[in-house]
Order: sequence, then C-alpha cells, then structure tokens
Amino acid sequence: MTVDLSQFYQVFFDESLEGLDAMEAELLRYSAGTQDDESINTIFRAAHSIKGGSGTFGFDSIAGFTHVLETLLDQIREGQRELTNQHIDLLLQSIDCLRDMINRLSAGDDSVPDSAAQLKAAFEAILNDENELGPEPEALQAKQILEETSSLEQLADTQTLGWKVTFVPSEDILMTGNEPLFLIQELTELGDHEVELITEHIPQWQQLKPEYCYLRWVVKLYCDCTEQQINEVFEWVADECEIKIEKLQTKSEQSIPAKHPPLTSTQPQTAMQSVTQTTDSNEQIEQTKPVVNKPAKSKQADANSIRVGIDKVDSLINMVGELVITQAMLSQLFESEMTSQTLSRMKEGLAQLEHNTRDLQESVMRIRMLPISFVFSRFPRLVRDTGQKLGKKIELVLQGESTELDKTVMEKISDPLVHLVRNAIDHGLELPEQRLAAGKPETGKVTLNSYHQGGNVVIEIIDDGKGLDPVKIKNKAIANGLISASDELSEEQVNLLIFEAGFSTAEAVSDLSGRGVGMDVVKSNIQALNGTVDVESEVGKGTTFRIRLPLTLAILDGQLVRIGQHIYIIPLVNIIESLQIDPKGVSRIGGEYDVLHLRGEYVPIVCLADVFLHKADAQSLTEGLLVVVEVDGGKVGIFVDDLLAQQQVVIKSLEANYNKVEGISGATILGDGTVSLIIDIISLVRMAGVKSMATANLVSTDVNAEGV
Amino acid sequence: MSEDINVDELNQRLGLLEGVENADVEQYLSFFLDNEEYAVDILRVQEIRCWEGATVIPNSPVSVKGVMNLRGTIVPVMDLRLRLGLPEQAYKPLTVVIVLKFETSDGREKISGVVVDAVADVHSISPDDIQQAPELSSNVNATFVKGLGCTESGALILLDPDTLLAI
Repeated sequence: MTVDLSQFYQVFFDESLEGLDAMEAELLRYSAGTQDDESINTIFRAAHSIKGGSGTFGFDSIAGFTHVLETLLDQIREGQRELTNQHIDLLLQSIDCLRDMINRLSAGDDSVPDSAAQLKAAFEAILNDENELGPEPEALQAKQILEETSSLEQLADTQTLGWKVTFVPSEDILMTGNEPLFLIQELTELGDHEVELITEHIPQWQQLKPEYCYLRWVVKLYCDCTEQQINEVFEWVADECEIKIEKLQTKSEQSIPAKHPPLTSTQPQTAMQSVTQTTDSNEQIEQTKPVVNKPAKSKQADANSIRVGIDKVDSLINMVGELVITQAMLSQLFESEMTSQTLSRMKEGLAQLEHNTRDLQESVMRIRMLPISFVFSRFPRLVRDTGQKLGKKIELVLQGESTELDKTVMEKISDPLVHLVRNAIDHGLELPEQRLAAGKPETGKVTLNSYHQGGNVVIEIIDDGKGLDPVKIKNKAIANGLISASDELSEEQVNLLIFEAGFSTAEAVSDLSGRGVGMDVVKSNIQALNGTVDVESEVGKGTTFRIRLPLTLAILDGQLVRIGQHIYIIPLVNIIESLQIDPKGVSRIGGEYDVLHLRGEYVPIVCLADVFLHKADAQSLTEGLLVVVEVDGGKVGIFVDDLLAQQQVVIKSLEANYNKVEGISGATILGDGTVSLIIDIISLVRMAGVKSMATANLVSTDVNAEGV
Repeated sequence: MSEDINVDELNQRLGLLEGVENADVEQYLSFFLDNEEYAVDILRVQEIRCWEGATVIPNSPVSVKGVMNLRGTIVPVMDLRLRLGLPEQAYKPLTVVIVLKFETSDGREKISGVVVDAVADVHSISPDDIQQAPELSSNVNATFVKGLGCTESGALILLDPDTLLAI
C-alpha cells in the first residue's frame, strides 16, 4: 500500500522555511557575537529536520545539499571545528539557496538553483580538508571558495545574450492540425540557436498513444530578437501549448555555440537523449525548467493567512463559550414567567452579554495585531549583506520589537522601511575611514525603534551617519525646479524636500538605493495608511526618520463630547485629563488666542465650536469643559460644552461614500443608531492654527500661534 | 399620488425592478422639488428612506446635510433643493431620502442620499423621448441635467447622479 505523501508537502515546506528562518537568525547572532551555547544546536537541529523531511518526501536535491551542511555543522557542534565568518557566509548563502529550492518545489518545480552545486562543492572542499584541520588554512580555502561563488553571483548583472524558449505542446497538438516542427523552424530562423529535445515525458510503450505528442523542446536563441517576435511565432498555437520565455545570460561572449540543426522528427523516439548537450559551465539561466502545472497558489495563500498564537485562539474559544452560556440563560429567562425577579436577572444577563461581546470584539481585534518584530526580523540580514557589499561596518539595534501593530498596516509598511534602512546605510553611514577621520567610532549604528504614542505606533529609523546636507538638498531642489533660489527655507523645510517627487541626493546612482524610486514613494505609501513621516537631521551627527502610523484601522476607545447638539468622539488615547477652566489661569495672546496656565505649562485652547462652526451652549470658558490632549509631544486643550460617555467605537470610513473631512478621522455609529464623527486631533490643531504647542519646558513667549 | 407614502412598498417595487433591463424603455423614478417633477434612472436608486435626520459634517457645503447610518454604512445626505439652488424648505412628513448609486470621476462607486420633497412615480421613457435640455433657468446648474423626458403628464427633468453627487 502506498501513502500519498503529497498532502504533507505544504507542511514540510512551511516547517522547512521556519527552520531556515531560525538558522538565519542564529547565524546572524554568531556574526554579531551574541550567540549562546544553544545557538549551534538550534542551527544543527533545523538543518537535520530539513534533511530528514526532504529524504522522506523524496526531495533528494534538498536532502543531498543539506547533508553536507549538516556534516559540517555536526563537526562544529562536536568542537572539531570552529565556526568562522567564512562558514557563516557560506551557511547564509546556503539558506538562501535552500529557500529558493523549497519555493521552487512548492511551485511544483524540482529544478535546482545553479548556486546549489557551487555551495555544495564549497562545503565538500571544507570537509575534505581534514589533514589541515585548523582554522587558518581552512579559512583561507573557504575564502577562496567564497570569492568564487561571489564572482558567480555577479553574473546576474551581466548582459542578456538571448532567450531560452521552453515549448511544451499539449499532447493533442497534432490533432488540431498544428505541426510543432514548423514552429521550431520558424523560431530558429530568428538567429543563432540551439535546440534541445526533452523526451522524459514519453510514457511506457503500453500507454503510448501514437497520435499524441509527448515531446517538449527547449530552444536557446543567441540573437537580439525581441520577446514579441518569439511570441508571434507561437501566436496560433497559444492555446494548445505552454510557452515559457526566459532571458539567457552568460558570463562571456565566447559561449555562443555552433549551430545545431533543428530536430526534424515529431514522432516519439526510442533514443531518450537530448539532441544536444548544452550546459556550458558559464551559462546561467535565470529561471527554471518548464512546469506543466501552473505555479501553485501557495504563495498567495501565504500572503492572506495569519499565524495566531494558540493563547489568542484559546481565549476566543473561551469567550464564545461564555457567550453561548449567556445566550442560553437569556432565552431561558424569556420562557419562564415574567416576575420582577426574572426582570432583574434579565438585566444582569444583558449586562453580561455586553461584557462578553466587548471581550470577544477585543480578542478578535487582537488576532490582527502582530508584534513588529515580524517586520524587524528581516533587517539583521539586510543590514549585514548591505554593509558587506558597501564595505561599511554597521551595528543594528532593534528596540521595541514587541510593539503590536495591525497586520494590514504591517504588511504595507515593510517596503518603505526596507527603503529607509537601505538609504540610511547607503547614503547615511560613512565608510569606516571617513568615520574615523570624523572622530566617530568605526562601526556605524542604525537603530530601528518602535513604540506606542497616543493612538499611534511610531517607528524610528536612526543612523549616526553624516546627516542630510541642506546645501546639497537645496541646490538639487533648485536644479529640479522644486524651489527657486530666492526661497527662504528653514532647515526643516529643506529636509522635507527629499520627500518631493523626483528627488534623489545620491550623486551616483548606486546599486542599492537611488534607483529613482525615491522618498516620495515612501511618503505616499505611508500616507496611504493614514500615517505621516518626518525627518530630523544634523550634519555630521546623523538622521532620524520618524514614521507615525495608526495602531489599527478598525477600532478605538473614544470619549464622547458635546458641542451644542453635536456629538463628537475624541480618541481616549489622546486625552490626558479633562478639567473645568479657572479663568484666572487664562491669558489671551495677541488678543485672539487663549492659553491656559496649567501646572507650569501653557496649554493653548482650541474651541471646537469655533473650528467646526457650530453653535455652542457655553458662552464663556467657565461654562464648558476643557479636554487636554497630547499631540506630537505637546498639549492642547479642546474646549467643549460637555463630556458624555466613554465607549469603544468601531471606526467607519467617511471616505468610502464621501470625502476626507479636515479635522475628522472617521465616523462611527452610536448605540442609538446615529452617526458620530471621530476627531482627528492633529488635523484639528492644524485647522485651529496652533502651530507651536506647549511642552513642559516651554515658556509662554514660544507660543506664537496664528490664533484660533 | 397618495397622501401618506409607504416607503416599504416603494422599496418592494424597486426590488422587483432589479435585474429587469429592457433595452427599449428606461425607467425613471420621479420626485418633486419645489413643485417641479425631476427624475433619476431607476437603476441608480438603491432604496428610499424616510428622513430621519443626519449628523452634520463640520465645514461642509450647505447642501450636504450630513451623514446617516444606512445599516452600518456611513452615507452622506444631500439636500437636493439646496444643491440645485432652490429655496430651502422645512422637512415635512412626505420628505424622503433617495439613496442613489453614483460613480466618482476616478471611477469609484459610492452611494449618497438625496433629500427630496416627495417621491412621485415611476415612468417608462424610451430613449427617443428624451431631449437635450434647452437653456435652463439660471437657478439650475445645467451640468446636473441629463435631458428632458416627455411623459403624458408633462416634462420630467432627468438628473445625472454622477455629476449631481460629485462633491
């Protein structure tokens, strides 16, 4: 009896990828020097389970590859060898290679990336080097191999020399009156070529149907024809076959082979060999062998799935259980006779129901929240690789990794973050010599910091590099026509210019950043999430990018406030305190603008009724209440008629059917079914014209606002 | 037209119309505004509701009465009298909100309610009976008007929801 193992493939792939992630993380700890005794065991175990799994499922390429890896790791674990930086480099490259292999397998493709053989050879070379088992020569050799492999890696950048066309006719193509031979002839007329016949899909003699075409071809064209020309050849048979066109890249020009005659027979042949033996060692083909089945959907499914801690699920189940009990209790009460006693019990039950519902809602929301380490975890590797490539020494500091953020927000913020971190390394940090010359430590520092502030999550990308050069930015902006030479701009305004479209300060466009996809894209991506980004920079000291994102796009705790007959919601997280104004503490600045002296701070007062042009009940400051909120580290008082309840509200979009409204971040529906608008404090303060807010060490003269 | 309107019945009739598309005849829902009969393509009408008030949006145009809760969706409501520059009138029991589907200039589909004096009737008008609107009186913005439809009872001013509701 055979068991169909394919149903477990996905589990194997997932587990292997997880294992690889763990290996990578531990290896990076080694290279940072923060490893512990368990590190090598973790790496070894991960490699071991991947090897075991792949053997079971018959993925021999992975099993073979992991085997050498495991052997080396075993020796290191046993203390026979030391884990050198060269080993780490090789191991990291193999992790990439294994990921690639697994991804290909999960797409139904069992080909092996070209780097696999190179890496395997490198490992074997290390392992065979037993006579000289010592760190010195071994490291040397590993280094040589590393150089080899990295030179091979550079091939990806070499020019395109032609096309590799994989032609997989459907089995019944001959019955539709199409002749593959003609197509191949037509294809070969485009220029120098090489045709390979793939015969491995010919079935056993007993199952072979003579009318069917079981053959496939790989045609390599060494000419500068366009992809469209190739497509045109297959225009008429597009439905009866699968065509895969890939760019062909080679290291040197010499590898153009002699012409080979096209294969002339379409009949099944007994000779199961390829017509031409191609694989010139210099060849690098970007992609893969043809795949008959379409690429698996697993990747997409990945993007839409979420891994949830079992505790979160357990608490959900508990709550649903309670909800069911409450519901049962209530319906039982309805069946019994109505007395004053049942009525009070029913009241109790309803209160409990409310409690349950809220808990359940919170739990469901929590499922969407993930720690930001999900995004941060990719950076150690990125920073290491980027730093190596640029010859910069970098220390990456991750802070606030447990800050939780909504999954949708998280997914969309990761690309802008990568861009900013790369920018910090590429443009921000100087080369070691320059740093020493500037009197800074040789190793540059990039800090990723995340924390909650108000209703927002703040992510900071801090580098201690050379900072933004205001003169250079200004000149560039003038050259690009963003500003005119006569414009007087503060340093802050100059720095903000980097977010303008079409702006790039890198003098030379580097491989890593400055490809024209500039900071304007970063900014617009962040704005699309209702977030903001700003930059602080000091020449010679470093740059800080600060991204502010809403915690979640779905729910908030709100304080209901009343102005006249209008009810608004102020996000509770913004509120510091609410108080009655003592008129003695109020001073009027510039004759139009009130400031409250509150425990040593001057808090500007924003009158909500004035900003929103509503008629308020309160005629003077003593009649209403002041809600003191925190915005951007400063305090502002919002003057309202009255405070109502506090409640959790589900944020509904105003923009879905209307437009963005200044001062309003969204709407919600209150218990009585009416709509209430949620105040966007930052935008409200901007509307009120309060530009500079009170901070603890600010004196009143600093409050220069334009008035409410 | 009967004195007391039955919103449920109207919605039921609307429901029957869904999916029925006759190429020869277009159906229009007509309504009164300042004693004038206007109409919109009935396929753009999502439903009809009684006026139940709306939450004011700060600093919005005068014609926007606010937003209302349509089964959990936030929907803006516009006073069509004010939008068309007609004299304002206090809302009466017959005042209804017609919820219309429309498309914004960037191709997004939205819904919006319009407050009208009263719903009148459903008319079938063949495209041949629709004429280009002649120069209209100055208080009606000509871009909102799709054309004039001829019925037995007289001319109907056909409005285009896409331009009417674009704010």
